[in-house]
Amino acid sequence: MDCEHPHHLDAALAALGDDPAATVLAGGTDVMVDLSFGQPHPVHVIALRRVVESAEWQEGRIGAGVTYRRLERGPPGALAQASRTVGSPQIRNTGTIGGNVATASPAGDTLPVIAACDAAIEVASRDGGVRVVSWADFFTGVKQTSLRPGELVTAIVFPDPMPAHHEFAKIGVRNAMVISMVSACVTRSEDGTTRVALGSVAPTPLRATAAEEMISAETNPGESALTEFSRLVSAAVRPITDHRGTESYRRHASGVLARRLLERCLRREPR
Amino acid sequence: MTVEAPTRTGLASGVGTSAVRPDGIPKLTGNYAFASDLMERGMLWGATLRSPHPHANVTRLDIGPALAVPGVATVLTIDDVPGSRHYGLERADQPVLADGVARFWGEPVAVVAADDLEDARRGLAAIEVEYQPLDPLIDSELAVERGEVFRTINVRRGDPDASGPVVVEGYYEVGMQDQAPLGPESGLAVPDGHGGVDVYVATQWSHTDHAQIVACLGVADDQVRVHPAGIGGAFGAREDVSLQIHLCLLAQATGRPVKMVYDRKESFVGHVHRHPARMWYRHEATTAGDLVKVTARMVLDGGAYTSSSPAVIANASYFAVGPYRCDNVFVESHVTRTNNPPCGAMRGFGAVQACFAYEAQMDRLAARLGVDPLQLRLRNALAPGDAMSTTGQIITGSLPTARVIEELRAMPLPAEAPPTHPFHLPGGTGLTTDPAHVTRGVGYAVSMKNLAFSEGFDDYAEVRVTITPAGVEVHTAAAEVGQGLVTICQQIARTVLGIPQVAVVFDDTATIGSAGSTSASRQTQMTGGAVEAVCAELRQMILEAHDGDELDDTGVWRAGELVVPLDRLADLGPATHHLRFRHPPTDTPDEDGQGNLHVDFAIAAHRAVVDVDAELGLLRVVAVDTVQDVGAVLNPAALLGQVEGGIMQGVGLAVMEELILDGGVIKNASFTDYLLPTFADAPAVTAGFVEEASHFGPFGAKGAGEPPTISSTAAIAAAIRNATGLPITRVPVRPDDIALAQPGRSIQGT
Repeated sequence: MDCEHPHHLDAALAALGDDPAATVLAGGTDVMVDLSFGQPHPVHVIALRRVVESAEWQEGRIGAGVTYRRLERGPPGALAQASRTVGSPQIRNTGTIGGNVATASPAGDTLPVIAACDAAIEVASRDGGVRVVSWADFFTGVKQTSLRPGELVTAIVFPDPMPAHHEFAKIGVRNAMVISMVSACVTRSEDGTTRVALGSVAPTPLRATAAEEMISAETNPGESALTEFSRLVSAAVRPITDHRGTESYRRHASGVLARRLLERCLRREPR
Repeated sequence: MTVEAPTRTGLASGVGTSAVRPDGIPKLTGNYAFASDLMERGMLWGATLRSPHPHANVTRLDIGPALAVPGVATVLTIDDVPGSRHYGLERADQPVLADGVARFWGEPVAVVAADDLEDARRGLAAIEVEYQPLDPLIDSELAVERGEVFRTINVRRGDPDASGPVVVEGYYEVGMQDQAPLGPESGLAVPDGHGGVDVYVATQWSHTDHAQIVACLGVADDQVRVHPAGIGGAFGAREDVSLQIHLCLLAQATGRPVKMVYDRKESFVGHVHRHPARMWYRHEATTAGDLVKVTARMVLDGGAYTSSSPAVIANASYFAVGPYRCDNVFVESHVTRTNNPPCGAMRGFGAVQACFAYEAQMDRLAARLGVDPLQLRLRNALAPGDAMSTTGQIITGSLPTARVIEELRAMPLPAEAPPTHPFHLPGGTGLTTDPAHVTRGVGYAVSMKNLAFSEGFDDYAEVRVTITPAGVEVHTAAAEVGQGLVTICQQIARTVLGIPQVAVVFDDTATIGSAGSTSASRQTQMTGGAVEAVCAELRQMILEAHDGDELDDTGVWRAGELVVPLDRLADLGPATHHLRFRHPPTDTPDEDGQGNLHVDFAIAAHRAVVDVDAELGLLRVVAVDTVQDVGAVLNPAALLGQVEGGIMQGVGLAVMEELILDGGVIKNASFTDYLLPTFADAPAVTAGFVEEASHFGPFGAKGAGEPPTISSTAAIAAAIRNATGLPITRVPVRPDDIALAQPGRSIQGT
C-alpha cells in the first residue's frame, strides 16, 4: 500500500490527477470501517489530513477538512447540533464535513443541514479547476455523487448570513453514538421562509417542498398549520424498512420531528 | 530504644472490604495481556471460511488453489479432523468444520493458517467452494411441529382442573440478545514437539474445552494443555468451544504456533447467543390475590446445534413462575433446532426470558384486581419452608423474597421533574425531545435464579493453596473473566489464613483439576468455597503440626510467641493443601419436572424509572434501583460493579440489544448496528443488599452475577407500560412498538 501525505491542496489535486482511482482518506471514519468489514486494502491512498487549506473556515465557507469537533464547538445552531450527534469524541476528533459530504451516505448527519440551508459543495481538480455545485446536484444516490474523476471536495459553502433560525435533530435507538433512523433540519427566516430537509428517509437528503411552501406562507402558524406541515413532511419522504427501522416509523417520525423543529424555530430567539 | 518482639499484624483487604483487584491498574493502563495480545516467535495466523448460507449442502470444496497462495501453510476441512468430527458442551452434535452441510449462517467450513493475517485471508478467498442452498428452518413454532427440539420439559404440579376466578393471559416475546464481550474470541496454540499442544485461550471453562479438544484431535488427555489467557468479558459467550479445536488442528498440521483472533463481525457469529423466546401464560387467582394456577407454554429457539440449550430450557421452565407460591403449575416448554444461529449460555440463562413474561403477568393480575403490584407480589412471596411452585422443592436455605421487595419499596424515588439538560431526555444527544413531550413511568420486577449447577450435575471446584516465604499462592483453573473472582479468592485466603500477601495463580488443565465454569453465578460460592475450605484445613494442619495457636504473615504463634517464622514454615511444612469442593447434591427431575433440583437461590428486585417520549417512541431509563439477596457482601465495590454492569445488560435487552435476523442471516453483526447502551443511556443505580447467609459457600455469600440482569429488563418494560398504558409484550421495546401502537390498547388482561 502506497500512502501520500500532501501538505497543500495543489499537491493533493496533482496526486489525484495522476491516479483518479486512488483512495482518498480524510478523517478515515468511513474508509477504516470499510476495511474492518473486509473491503480489500487500498493500493494507493491520498491522505488529506495535512492539507493546510482544507482546515480553513471563513464565515460561511467551511473547509472540507474541518472536523465535527470544531463544528460542534462553532457557532450554535443546526450544524453544531448535527456534528455533536456524530459518533464518539474520538470519531468527531477525526471525521470531517468533507468526508461526510463525499461519502454521501443517506444517514450522513450534516447532510440535512446542508440541504435545508441550500449550501453548495465546492470541488476542485488539477485539470478542471474549481466548480461550485448545488447540494441538490451533488448528491445523486446512495453513496453516489456528481464528483468527477480527479475531483476533491474542498469546501462547503453556507449562505452568509444564515437564516435567523435553524434547528437539527436526529432519531436513533440509542441516546448517543448511533446511526440515524431519521434526521431533520428546519430553517426559518424572519420573513417566514421555511426550509425542511430530512436524512435517512431517501437515497439522498430530501427537501419537503410542499410543506415548505405551505408553512412559509403562515406568518404565525397555528395548530392546524403545524399539523398540516407535519402531514406534508410525512407525505414527502421515501423511506425504506431495514434493520435500523421501518418505513412506517420513519414516515411518522419525519413529520413529528419536522414539526418539533419548526416549533423550536418559532419559540426561540434568532441564532 | 528497645526492640519489640514481633506482634501479629492487623488484617487489611480481607473479606468484607473493597479490596483492590490486582489486575485493575494493568487493565486501566493498557498493560494487561489479553488473549488477543499473545505472540510467539514463528507463529502463523489462522482464519476461518464461513458459510454464507443458513442452510446449504456443500457440493464442492477445493482447497488446492488456497494452498498455492504464497504464505499459506495449510488449509483444513472436516476430512482433516483426526478424532471425533463433532463436539459440544452437552452433546457432541456440532461438526468441527461443516460436514457436507452448513446448518447456520457463518458456520465454519474450512480453516487456513498462513504467515500473516492478510495471507490467511487471501487463502480463504482462494478456496473454491460451491453450495446448494436449502430451505432454512427459521420458525421455532414450525420446528416444534416438526419435532425438531433439543429438549421438551413438562412441569406438572398439582391439580390440572384447579381454577381461579380471576384470570389473566398474555403472549410475550424476547429477542435474541448477544453477550457482546469487548474481547473477541482469541487464542494461541503451540505444538510441544512431542505430538501434543499447549493452547492459550480466553475461555470460561478450560477443562471442558480440554475434553472436547482431545476428543477431536484423537490424542491422549495429557497431550493437550489448556492455559487460561487474558479474558475480555464473557457473559456466557465463552462457555462453548469457538476457535479452540481449529487452533489445535492448525498447530498440529503445521508444527508451528498458530494464533487466531476473530474480528468483531466474526465474533457475533462465532459464539452462541441468548435464546429468543415465545411465551404464552395464563395466571389464575382468587379475588383476594392468591395465585391458584399458572399455565405456561414456552418455545425457545436453540438454533442449529445443542450447546447448553437443554439446561437453558430447564431454567426457563423451573423459574417460569418466579419467586411466588402457587400449588398448581403446568408448564410445557420446548427448545428447538433450527437454522438460526446457535444459542446457549448468557447471563441469566433462561430465567431472563421467563421473568419478562411472569412479571408482566403479575402486573396484569394486579391491575385486574385493582391492587398495588408490590402488594400482590408480597402476598404470594415465596419463603423458606414453602414448596417451589414448579418443582415442588421445599426451600430450605435463605430466601428473603418479601424483605427484598419491602426494602426496595422503601427506597426514595428520584426527583419527579424531567431533567433539564437536553441530553438527559429521551433521544439524548439527538435533541429530539422537549420536556413537554415526556411522560414518566415507574415499574417493578422481582426475580429468582438458581445458583451453581442443578439437576444432579456433579458440580465441584478444585483449589490448591501453598505457603511460600512471600505469602500464599492460591491455585485454580477457574476463569477470571473480569468479574473479580481473583480478588474474592485473595480476600478469602487473607481472612482465613491471616496472611495478607496472597497471589492467585490461574493454572492450566494439566496442573490442577476443574473449577467448573465461570457461569451460573457459581464461582464465588464454588471456587470461593474451595478457597475457604482448603485454607481452613491447611491452617488447622499447620497449627497442629507446630502446636501453635495462631497463624499470620510472620508465621506460627504459640502463647504470644513466634515459634515458626513464615519462611521456615514454607520449608518445614505443612505448606500445601489441595481439595475438591462440592456443593450439596441435587436431584435429577422426574418426568413431571419434580424434585430437589437446585442447591441454592438468589432473589433480586428492581425498580425502573423511565422517561418516555411516546409520540416518537424514544426512551431514557432514568434510574434502576435494586435490592439483591447476596447472602453476605464479600467486596462492596466489586459487588456494585456486578450490579451496575448487570443492570446495563438488562437495559440493553429492554430497549436496544437485539440481533436482527432475516431468513437466518444476522443483519447487524457490528457495533455500528448491534447497539449496546452507552453512558448516555445508563440509569442512575442505587443498590441495597440483603445479607441472610447461604447454607453453603464462603462466609454465607451467594453468587451475585446474574440476578442484576434478570429482573432489570422486566422492570423497565413495566415502567414503559406505566408511562404509556401500552401492553409492551416484547423486548427489546422498539420505537415502533410505542409510537405506532394502536390507541386504546390497555394493560388489562382477558
